[in-house]
Amino acid sequence: MQMRTIEIVVGAFMLAGLISLAILATRISGFNVNSEAGSYTVYASFENVGGLVVRSKVSIAGVEVGQITEITYDKNNYDARVKMEIDSDVDNISVDSTASILTEGLIGGKYVGLSIGAEEDFLGNGDEIFDTQSAIVLEELIGQFLLNQF
Amino acid sequence: MLGRLRNLGHYSLDLFATLGRAGRLWWLAIFRRPSLGNVSLVVNQIYRLGVLSLVITVMSGFSIGAVLALQGYNQLVKYGSESALGLGVALVLVMEIGPVVSALLFAGRAGSAVTAEIGLMKTTEQLASMEMMGVDPLRRIVAPRLWAGFFALPILALMFSVVGIWGAAVIGVEWLGVHEGAFWSTMQEGVDFVHHVMKGVIKSVVFGLVVTWIAVFQGYDAVPTSEGIAAATTRTVVFSSVAVLVLDFFLTLTMFNF
Repeated sequence: MQMRTIEIVVGAFMLAGLISLAILATRISGFNVNSEAGSYTVYASFENVGGLVVRSKVSIAGVEVGQITEITYDKNNYDARVKMEIDSDVDNISVDSTASILTEGLIGGKYVGLSIGAEEDFLGNGDEIFDTQSAIVLEELIGQFLLNQF
Repeated sequence: MLGRLRNLGHYSLDLFATLGRAGRLWWLAIFRRPSLGNVSLVVNQIYRLGVLSLVITVMSGFSIGAVLALQGYNQLVKYGSESALGLGVALVLVMEIGPVVSALLFAGRAGSAVTAEIGLMKTTEQLASMEMMGVDPLRRIVAPRLWAGFFALPILALMFSVVGIWGAAVIGVEWLGVHEGAFWSTMQEGVDFVHHVMKGVIKSVVFGLVVTWIAVFQGYDAVPTSEGIAAATTRTVVFSSVAVLVLDFFLTLTMFNF
């Protein structure tokens, strides 16, 4: 075959590879360039994180505004310390907001939901949310329910 | 007893010598003589290794995606979570099956051809006559094939994954009736570009290097007879398949934080 034709075919091959990568990035992985644009760190301590994992989402009103970046055990307070990155354009979360661990559907993954408080001061980088609600552990709930029956 | 010990020693020395020759070939072809200056040779090899493997790769990708959709649907529907079908198929294809199966196909389709070609060149003393003419066969023959495999296999693996997911969508959404929005949105929610897609790409880059390295070396190191070429071609397919599967295990182990 002519070298020119081969070069054109190989060019098309390379282009098809790049297009595949683009499809994988946008259509299949939902890769968002803006998601790394900027964020600030907020901490919260929970009695029980029951199933929350790193890269779980943080949401306000059901809309994702950030994600969990670290979960560690705080041995001084015997609780779990959760570090989350919130998108920097969501900068008006008041300091008395509540962070609760919620479940998507009945058996879905855990995520942190923020309910906004009433204070005029807003959370900044490195601040802590003090009002927290732990994960609802289904086994405990069933246990309590059984206890109430008898 | 002593005879067996001697045999063991003989085979070990043989193995080390072969590994040494293979390493030296790779080193000489890639590091000491970067021959990307002669791009048309590489382009020609990308055409022969990559473009000509396209049909088999795309067809296998579609079939595997379709089969994954059928099997996955049958299991997921028991738990009423058939909307997770897209996520499952996409993760499996992007992280494991795409890179691995395309590398296996590449070894069978392109690797064996490279081995046979170089082996025949050696048997008919074309390599020796090249050296006589002052043309370096490492630069002229070996390096372009190594570079071509390095570029071609990741592209083939990406296309394999994309076509596989398309096949799964055709079967899952059009035929089995999974909700289209749920199929794509759970996939986009769960598949991460850096954590899943790029790690799959790294895998296929490694596989591309290893498979073409084995193919080129087996041809270059073949016993210059017709049986020698036959044995070398077989070894290429066997060694590269085993190498791909074993390497896949270790790459998965190191990259995905177990």
